[in-house]
Amino acid sequence: MLLEVEGMTLAYGNITAVRGVSIAIPEGSLVALVGANGAGKSSTLNAISGLLPISGGAIRFEGQSIGRLKPHEITRRGIVQVPEGRRIFGRLSVEENLLMGAFSRKDHAAIAEDRDRMFELFPRLKERRRQVAGTLSGGEQQMVATARGLMARPRVLLMDEPSMGLAPLVVEQVFETIQSINAAGTTVLLVEQNALMALEIADHAYVMEHGEIVLDGAGPALARDERVIAIYLG
Amino acid sequence: MPRARRRVNGIDVFMWGLRVIVAAIALIGVVATLFTGRYSLSQWFDFAMFGLTLGSVYALIALGYTMVYGVLRMINFAHGDITMTGAFAGYFMASSMARNGYFESHPGFAMLAVFAVAMLACITIALLTERYAYRPFRHSLGQAPLICAIGVSFVLQQTVRGMFGSGVKSYPTLSWHDVVLEFGGVRVPVVNLFVMGCAIVAMVGLYWIVHRTRMGMAMRAVSEDKNAASLMGVDVDRVIVFAFTLGGAMAGVASVCYALIYQQVHFFMGFAPGIKAFGAAVLGGIGSIPGAMIGGMFLGLIEAMGPALFLDGLGIPAPYQLRDVIGFLVLLMVLIFRPQGLFGEAMAKRRA
Repeated sequence: MLLEVEGMTLAYGNITAVRGVSIAIPEGSLVALVGANGAGKSSTLNAISGLLPISGGAIRFEGQSIGRLKPHEITRRGIVQVPEGRRIFGRLSVEENLLMGAFSRKDHAAIAEDRDRMFELFPRLKERRRQVAGTLSGGEQQMVATARGLMARPRVLLMDEPSMGLAPLVVEQVFETIQSINAAGTTVLLVEQNALMALEIADHAYVMEHGEIVLDGAGPALARDERVIAIYLG
Repeated sequence: MPRARRRVNGIDVFMWGLRVIVAAIALIGVVATLFTGRYSLSQWFDFAMFGLTLGSVYALIALGYTMVYGVLRMINFAHGDITMTGAFAGYFMASSMARNGYFESHPGFAMLAVFAVAMLACITIALLTERYAYRPFRHSLGQAPLICAIGVSFVLQQTVRGMFGSGVKSYPTLSWHDVVLEFGGVRVPVVNLFVMGCAIVAMVGLYWIVHRTRMGMAMRAVSEDKNAASLMGVDVDRVIVFAFTLGGAMAGVASVCYALIYQQVHFFMGFAPGIKAFGAAVLGGIGSIPGAMIGGMFLGLIEAMGPALFLDGLGIPAPYQLRDVIGFLVLLMVLIFRPQGLFGEAMAKRRA
């Protein structure tokens, strides 16, 4: 297992937000974590990234425990999060945002190559490379956030609600991008409220409810599972 | 969602009245001063020159406030006193070199040494303050960090007072200090040019560091969104240390410049310029680096020209005694009418 969450519990004060969650992410896979608003999906991602302290259980990356590391140390090991709401640096230029993504790397020549590759992947961003990122449209900002995440050359890319607030057509583009990133060899953990779309492209998926995993299985199969349909449509 | 219509209430009317009154006083004062013609053009030039000199010192100190605010969202109220420690360090260096004649034989190198020692002292004190006074309070809620900063300010003042006494120490006079250059009728003291030159060099250097280096970029990223920056692999603690280092370096340059202008050092000397530079940072829009530079210059100019410009014509006796009043009045007006500052980008919007 490349990344493994085992029996993880998260508590804010007296409130337990996530209880005994276990997730296994094999190398090269695309794993989805779906569930309603407030189910604890983002908290789970933030705990993996080190932004939230875990109060029980373990997180292991390549067999090593990373549950006590700081966020920047976890990023430097190759676990990179594209956070919810994009969180791009609005006052930095598009190009600077991409360079921030590569902050943990020292190989300058390769960083420049990767930047050019991102500009090929997202030609819109090349046109606007000197523009301040805060002035871009929502879809363009999601491109910046995704490209910024990829600039770290992640081993595992954690994506939190990449489709949030985007027009349906743009959402499809975002999902296509995620699939092609995964096809190119990057392991992806995708958190989505837009469950059915996420399940369709996932190798394996987990359904969260009230801070616990209630179901898991192959993505497309779960998409047709009547219990999932009941949660989302019932 | 339809925008709720704003109702005009008594406070609005009062605020508008206040604006009109202040503007009227300023306008009448200016017109009256210009009509009496008490000051010649070259005197106005002198005022402006002194204002820019003082303003560049305020700007340097203001940068320290603004950068620390950027990364920590905290006002480092001890920053004025950190500047004071630099002035003392510079003073000891300068006076020992003046005693053995080194200042006269190698003025350039001696000046560099004074700057280096002052900057080193400010950086050291700033980093110690961050590590032992502010970091433990980083995650505490409420006003604890602010009160701690005020405490540090007292500790620094009283320590310097205890170690070096409460008397005013006069800075060694340099042979070039009182030289005045003349360009076609206008007289410019060399020391003013020197101070402005140092400030400009320091600010250009700072601008370059903040906009062209990796750490500078990380600092701008952290000041927008700490968590997102840490997800990029930025060690936020290191960036905070970096911001305090830059702020300390600027304070070091400012402290030597301030001592050169006023020719003396004193344990309480950091307080007034500290508060004014904080005002300058707010004036320019706290968190904004160009804002701090321009706010500092602006405050210096207002302070130097304001008494003559606004008050003299109103027949107020001894307007220069009211310099600080004008400076602080400007700060108050900004806080009331434009809390985001002159060049304020609205504070980074909170993202859910």
